[in-house]
Amino acid sequence: MKMIVCVKQVPDPQASSTGTKVDVAAKRVIVPHGTPPVMSPYDESALEAALKIKDVHGGHVTVMSVGKNLARPVLRKALASGADELILLEDNTFDQLDSYATASILAAAIREIGTFDLILCGRQAADTDAGQVGSGLAELLHIPCVTVACGIELGEEKVNVTRIVSDGYEVIEVMLPALVTVSSEIGELRYPKLKDLQAAQKMPIVVRNAGQLGIDVASLMKLNLVSLSPPQHRNVQCCMISAETPEIAGEHLALTMRGAGLI
Amino acid sequence: MNSYNGIMVYVEFGENGLLPITRQLLGCGRKIADELGEPLSAVIVGSKGIEEGSDAAQLGADTVYIVEHELLRQYRTETYVAALEQLVRQQRPTALLMGQTYVGRDLAPSLAFRLETIAVLDCIALEIDHASRVLLLTKPVCGGNAVATFTSMYYPQIITIRDKAMLPMEPSFGKNAHVVHFAVSLEPRSFKTRLIKKVKEEGEGLRLEEAAVIISGGRGIGGAEGFRQLHETAAILHAAVGGSRPACDNRGVAPNRQIGITGKIVSPDLYIAVGISGSIQQMSGCGQAKRIVAINKDPDAPIFKYADFGVVGDWKKVFPSFSAKLKELVS
Ligand SMILES: Cc1cc2nc3c(=O)[nH]c(=O)nc-3n(C[C@H](O)[C@H](O)[C@H](O)COP(=O)(O)OP(=O)(O)OC[C@H]3O[C@@H](n4cnc5c(N)ncnc54)[C@H](O)[C@@H]3O)c2cc1C
Ligand SMILES: Nc1ncnc2c1ncn2[C@@H]1O[C@H](COP(=O)(O)O)[C@@H](O)[C@H]1O
Repeated sequence: MKMIVCVKQVPDPQASSTGTKVDVAAKRVIVPHGTPPVMSPYDESALEAALKIKDVHGGHVTVMSVGKNLARPVLRKALASGADELILLEDNTFDQLDSYATASILAAAIREIGTFDLILCGRQAADTDAGQVGSGLAELLHIPCVTVACGIELGEEKVNVTRIVSDGYEVIEVMLPALVTVSSEIGELRYPKLKDLQAAQKMPIVVRNAGQLGIDVASLMKLNLVSLSPPQHRNVQCCMISAETPEIAGEHLALTMRGAGLI
Repeated sequence: MNSYNGIMVYVEFGENGLLPITRQLLGCGRKIADELGEPLSAVIVGSKGIEEGSDAAQLGADTVYIVEHELLRQYRTETYVAALEQLVRQQRPTALLMGQTYVGRDLAPSLAFRLETIAVLDCIALEIDHASRVLLLTKPVCGGNAVATFTSMYYPQIITIRDKAMLPMEPSFGKNAHVVHFAVSLEPRSFKTRLIKKVKEEGEGLRLEEAAVIISGGRGIGGAEGFRQLHETAAILHAAVGGSRPACDNRGVAPNRQIGITGKIVSPDLYIAVGISGSIQQMSGCGQAKRIVAINKDPDAPIFKYADFGVVGDWKKVFPSFSAKLKELVS
């Protein structure tokens, strides 16, 4: 079982959003100082899905990441968690990429590898919220894609994927090779042991740049970012209801809501 | 200019006919089409009998395409992409609008890459730049911490639009569209996926999409036991029950009751958040609610920045008396 997991490095999305600012002129989001880079959370779940399959059926897990100035410690965590190989697709031009360019770079690197059975992506990256690279990569590689998996079960040359839909869930059987995008319900990434973290420091990392991959980013970009602005927040002043006891506060809340015509 | 022409709307049905988002897409599609001086079409994909739904024809489209095939009985990425690819390659619309639904978010990116164009998902605004006549596509990014506006020179543009971001088409429009049956050829052997099971799991009570009032529980509620109380109160208020992602992960509520940027995006009249911290990812899915009420034990919880009314306290103590009082007031 040869698996490839696509992992994006993002600023920690759980960091406080109050300190997050938008630099309108530079068209960039500025995260609070000291916000660490992390693996995008759904990508961690995608890696966990691969490792769960490896636990039961064995196999080889390659992690791939596209970007500029990728933080080695963040991505080495993938090795420490049980991935076998880390390939960084790193170049100064791999910055502010759109979904088409990202998927094309991943596709180029995957074609270099040649054979694989299953590619796993996160359902969407925490910075772009685009939700496209997985589906797009599958199209570029001419393989089937199943999105937003909450369960994956390996069968004979196929996988059964459980996915949530608006009124319940469905199970889809897909022939391998295939691509599956993963949702958080698969589970959080296992916590690496200290000795695995140490061992991962010594594992080799493969780095490929644009030239080696035969990629010209400018010719791949299909979206222009025209502007970036801060979100419009509800402009409200919260009316705090306090009382001698929490029980009375609860009653007062109901009464206040009635008074304001909410119920 | 390009050789693309027309705005096309992808029609979706629910149990009670056309989804509200489809009416909104037709409303917004009509406006954009008129501004561009281009026609508006609607496309209905399915198997035999789908024409029954073509009261979409009464909703302002100039043409309704019916794409009917045995293999299109149920939504599947592969078959629907193949069918729409054929229609879109022939019709060459400027833009194809879909809802940011479970179907739209799956279908749009695959179709876009198949057509070597680009998709933009979860748009909250759609405008035309009058000088260049290109579409300005606006969507939240970074979990809702910023709003980005994109343009593209690639056509057709595949766009999904968030529920309630646009006003619905006036039902009285009453225009009768030209109905075209578009024949597709689908080769069963070329498909690599098969639907082997579909299970309805609605969770109890009203559906999120239909409710004017939503009671939502977070990690602070714990699991299903805590949610019992929310359900009881929901019954009193004719409310639907939803939850944050941790609440769904703890199986407090069904996964399709998750509210937020990766769950369902709701905009009820009243949103009651209990034991929810108010993360940006959760709030960008419900921040459009008319009124927000929060119960949380942490006075610094971000939810209070969004709420109109709040109580700081342990929900286990606050909520029962709140619920009892509500019952008394509404009965
Ligand atoms: C890419 C991405 C997408 C995401 N999408 C979503 C999404 O769609 N929807 C979503 O919800 N989340 C989403 N998240 C997760 C999100 O960042 C938060 O982690 C999540 O919303 C927190 O849920 P919560 O408020 O229930 O839990 P917590 O943040 O843990 O908050 C629990 C709250 O309960 C309060 N509390 C605890 N006990 C009590 C008590 N006894 N009485 C009263 N109050 C109590 C606490 O004070 C706290 O404020 C996403 C995250 C990422 C990175
Ligand atoms: N720069 C990247 N490097 C590796 N994988 C990526 C990158 N960008 C996106 N992906 C993968 O594609 C998924 C969807 O990303 P997006 O379409 O940007 O929301 C992510 O969850 C990752 O699995």
